[in-house]
Amino acid sequence: MSELVKHVVVIGGGMVAHRFVEALRSRGESGLWRVTVIADEPRPPYDRVALTTYFTGRDPEDLHLGDDALWQDPMVNLRKGIRATHIDRDGRQVRLATGETIDYDHLVLATGSYAALPPVEGNDLRGCFVYRTIDDVAALRGYVEALRRERPGQPVRGAVVGGGLLGLEAAGALRELGAQSTVVEFAPRLMPLQVDDGGGAQLRSLIEALDVQVRTGTATAKVLGARRGLVTGMRFADGPDLDVDVVVFATGVRPRDELARSAGLAVGERGGVVVDLSCGTTDSAISAIGEVACIDGRVWGLVAPGYAMAEVVADRLLGGSATFPGADSSTKLKLLGVDVASFGDAFATAPGCLEVVYADAVAGVYKKLVVSDDARTLLGGILVGDASSYAALRPLVGTELAADPSVYLVPDTGGLPLGDDLPDEATVCSCNNVSAAQVRGAVTDGGCCSLAEVKSCTKAGTSCGSCLPLVKKLADTALEAAGVAVSRGLCEHFELTRAELFNAVQVTGARTFSEIVERHGRGRGCDICKPVVASVLASLYGGHILDGEQGTLQDTNDHMLANLQKDGTYSVVPRIPGGEVTPEGLIEIGRIAKDFDLYTKITGGQRIDMFGARVEQLPLIWRRLVDAGFESGHAYGKSLRTVKSCVGQSWCRYGVQDSVAMAIRLELRYRGLRSPHKLKLGVSGCARECAEARGKDAGVIATEKGWNLYVGGNGGFTPRHAQLLAEDLDDEGLIRAIDRFFVYYIRTADRLQRTAPWLEELPGGIDHLRDVVLDDALGIAADLDAAMEQHVASYSDEWRDVLEDPEKLARFTSFVNATDVPDPTLRYEQERGQRRPVLVAGDRIEVRG
Amino acid sequence: MTWHAVSPLDALPRDRAVAALLDDHQIALVRLADDQVFAVDHLDPFSGAHVMARGIVGSATVDGVEVPTLSSPMFKQAFDLRTGRCLADDSKCLAIWDVRLRDGMIEVRSRVPGAAEDRPEVAS
Ligand code: SRM
Ligand SMILES: Cc1cc2nc3c(=O)[nH]c(=O)nc-3n(C[C@H](O)[C@H](O)[C@H](O)COP(=O)(O)OP(=O)(O)OC[C@H]3O[C@@H](n4cnc5c(N)ncnc54)[C@H](O)[C@@H]3O)c2cc1C
Ligand code: SF4
Ligand code: FES
Repeated sequence: MSELVKHVVVIGGGMVAHRFVEALRSRGESGLWRVTVIADEPRPPYDRVALTTYFTGRDPEDLHLGDDALWQDPMVNLRKGIRATHIDRDGRQVRLATGETIDYDHLVLATGSYAALPPVEGNDLRGCFVYRTIDDVAALRGYVEALRRERPGQPVRGAVVGGGLLGLEAAGALRELGAQSTVVEFAPRLMPLQVDDGGGAQLRSLIEALDVQVRTGTATAKVLGARRGLVTGMRFADGPDLDVDVVVFATGVRPRDELARSAGLAVGERGGVVVDLSCGTTDSAISAIGEVACIDGRVWGLVAPGYAMAEVVADRLLGGSATFPGADSSTKLKLLGVDVASFGDAFATAPGCLEVVYADAVAGVYKKLVVSDDARTLLGGILVGDASSYAALRPLVGTELAADPSVYLVPDTGGLPLGDDLPDEATVCSCNNVSAAQVRGAVTDGGCCSLAEVKSCTKAGTSCGSCLPLVKKLADTALEAAGVAVSRGLCEHFELTRAELFNAVQVTGARTFSEIVERHGRGRGCDICKPVVASVLASLYGGHILDGEQGTLQDTNDHMLANLQKDGTYSVVPRIPGGEVTPEGLIEIGRIAKDFDLYTKITGGQRIDMFGARVEQLPLIWRRLVDAGFESGHAYGKSLRTVKSCVGQSWCRYGVQDSVAMAIRLELRYRGLRSPHKLKLGVSGCARECAEARGKDAGVIATEKGWNLYVGGNGGFTPRHAQLLAEDLDDEGLIRAIDRFFVYYIRTADRLQRTAPWLEELPGGIDHLRDVVLDDALGIAADLDAAMEQHVASYSDEWRDVLEDPEKLARFTSFVNATDVPDPTLRYEQERGQRRPVLVAGDRIEVRG
Repeated sequence: MTWHAVSPLDALPRDRAVAALLDDHQIALVRLADDQVFAVDHLDPFSGAHVMARGIVGSATVDGVEVPTLSSPMFKQAFDLRTGRCLADDSKCLAIWDVRLRDGMIEVRSRVPGAAEDRPEVAS
């Protein structure tokens, strides 16, 4: 490393530190600085804003921020699990808890906050928690689960002190853990900083409807404990005691400014390292960013201003002159499933301003807009119960509304004049401070061709996600305007996406490719659109995939009902539902493989693959399989592959449900189901998860009470863990949920889009899916159910059907003029006791060029 | 260069291909919806496997003209059936064969003297 490379040390490895490192490394001049991050927590920076998802089954690792490339960058050194203990400003050194010292050219303080623990007697009893880090939430969960084990059958009673954003998050967490919860707030209403009395009242009734008790205007005096030092109750300034087992303090945060204090840097009256608009402290070699900084006289407890500060310091270190652009406290939250948003001048402090309120206690909605005295310019607002218009309204703050304010409040007044007419300078993503112009520019100048690319290039929508619908709309409009390059169509024959084509075919009722391409496309099709149309037709009408003209549309695998190998032969993978096979079955598979001299291998999907079958041998092999009670299976095909299963309750001492029986049931139900990409399922008999169900498109994990259903997982190129869709379903409920999920996916996904990316792009994500699948929010559940019933009812063994139909069978010949002569160029050699192909022709051709 | 009778036209499905064996040379016969027939090598020059007849028959726009295509089932490159040219990679092509129909029989003839698998002169 050259001497010109300077060293910046960051103390704190939180969200803002991550953004700083990313900003520094992503710029052209980034070679000027190497960076060391000293992080107290034992893990890389993670998404604290999404902390509560820890309880909904998300893997803590899903919360990590920054891809591997960032942390493996040789210019970046992330040191986890180490605390900085001292700053020596004169020597420009930081001392670590390990005793080691590190030199710096520049120091960035990004130490964030402590969860504030109010000075209430008993706040240190066992059973008291705060809510700030993954370790905090893990400890809370461990405690609640231990209580439940010790006292089975008794409810765990929890209370949260603090009725603000954090408190309601914590109350939600308690509920996820199956504990009762009571929220105790000192102020007269919930979320006193974000909503007014009207909004607070509505919020309270929505929260109470979720079985969370609310006590406002209540001061906590003392936490009561028993002899072993365990929490037993709470005492208040007035009112009766409350019996509780767990208390979570969520009463705000305190900047972690102690290092700065002892180093003699200026700190604010209410804490926080004082910085100027360049985020510089009183020492020019030290900056402070994020929640620990006191900028313009105030400490920000939100991530967006922290990100802005991170960008400022990165820019300055690289020679720029950026300054903190200011921030606002707009927020949109989904707490316990209740939407709350407040933005701009929510409390109507501007002189002469007017408030327009829409309240519908039956629907559980309270909305208020604050407008200028002429009722034209939007100044701010509060939305409780339905914040769907937040993403569109917030960027309009400070601009003239195109219509009467009431239009924006009343539901169903038709399309809001939003999105496309948004001024360029409007902030679309407040978490990442991205303007409408930047989103548009990512398409027009940045060459982004999809929402995913726009997200990764601008960062818009990558934090809380609330702006995603708007970002998508802007990006789509820009993409459409750019016209030329960005057809979302399938190929040169269809300008429609797969989902649009599905819809069109469904509406017009067309049943053949010729009809479909004539109506909706042009030309004679290709290897992209023909299989897509085949799949759409299969999903809509069933029938054999080689029937009539459909046979011409199939990719070679579906055409030959087997998977093509590199030498032109095929593999055959008998279906073994749930991986369960009798010894006789195993012996027969062995005999077939032996008789046809097929290379045999156990697959990663709990079945047996036999390779090297020639076209003309396929029907003979299927005949043998059918006679032995098997069917050939799909190891190819955009359709169900396998339902992987563990051994489950029948044998395993930990199993709580019969995973094998369920896996077999699911495999028999969904076999043959055509879809945009392949579908895999897994069923585990308990939470130990031996079937790796969370790596599947639909993963089922047994619980004491039934089944948890996870969706959107896969291995492969971009591994994804499935997300929890529903809990403790009974057998029928589980099947209904998977049915609907699959059909909804099949109808709306893009070509070759697996469930995980589909779910990621689905507006509203898993919450929306849950609404559709469990609550029938779109009113299509009956239709989805019927589609699956049709599939199940019309299923028939594709391979046996070929054996029984001479016309289909005729395809399985090697040569039209020599039907039984094998391909004369196939060559094999022996390896480990089995044969493997030698590519004679391939080698020759490749040498030639 | 002689004509070889290979198969009755009726034995060929429309918009799909079949393989045929000529001595030990393998070709792919393609019958379009309008009964035009093309013959090209069955050998896929990219994979080296004899699989072309198992590809999808379709069309592509080349220089503003819609041409019939056959795509390899292995790695999906499309070939212009009239010329054998690979649309994805200029350096590769399929040998093409002359085709004629006699009394419902498809007959083919190599375009190149000598080894049948040699490159053809590209017609267009
Ligand atoms: C045979 C098997 C490997 C083995 O010997 O174990 C296999 C073999 C193939 N896999 Fe696989 N995959 C096999 C398990 C897996 C698994 C593991 C699993 O299912 O538990 C994965 C990762 C899990 C997943 O899919 O999420 C896997 C991820 C892939 C992918 C990447 C998918 C992705 O989303 O990125 C492909 C490519 C694709 O599907 O487009 C693929 C595609 C293929 C194909 C079909 C490629 C092809 O077109 O020739 C391979 C041919 C199979 C054949 O000729 O019979 N295979 N493949 C496994 C068959 C399991 C079965 O019984 O069905
Ligand atoms: C449950 C919850 C929900 C939230 N929801 C939202 C929301 O919806 N919207 C929003 O805008 N904000 C929200 N926030 C606030 C947001 O998470 C913070 O504003 C943001 O994390 C601040 O980032 P930071 O990097 O400044 O601090 P942090 O993320 O706290 O990171 C500071 C890190 O520094 C480490 N550290 C401190 N001192 C040292 C030391 N001496 N040596 C080494 N390491 C040290 C700490 O261990 C910590 O890991 C929420 C917070 C919580 C807890
Ligand atoms: S997941 Fe549970 S039930 Fe299934 S084999 Fe593993 S430990 Fe046993
Ligand atoms: S506003 Fe939070 S991610 Fe865009």
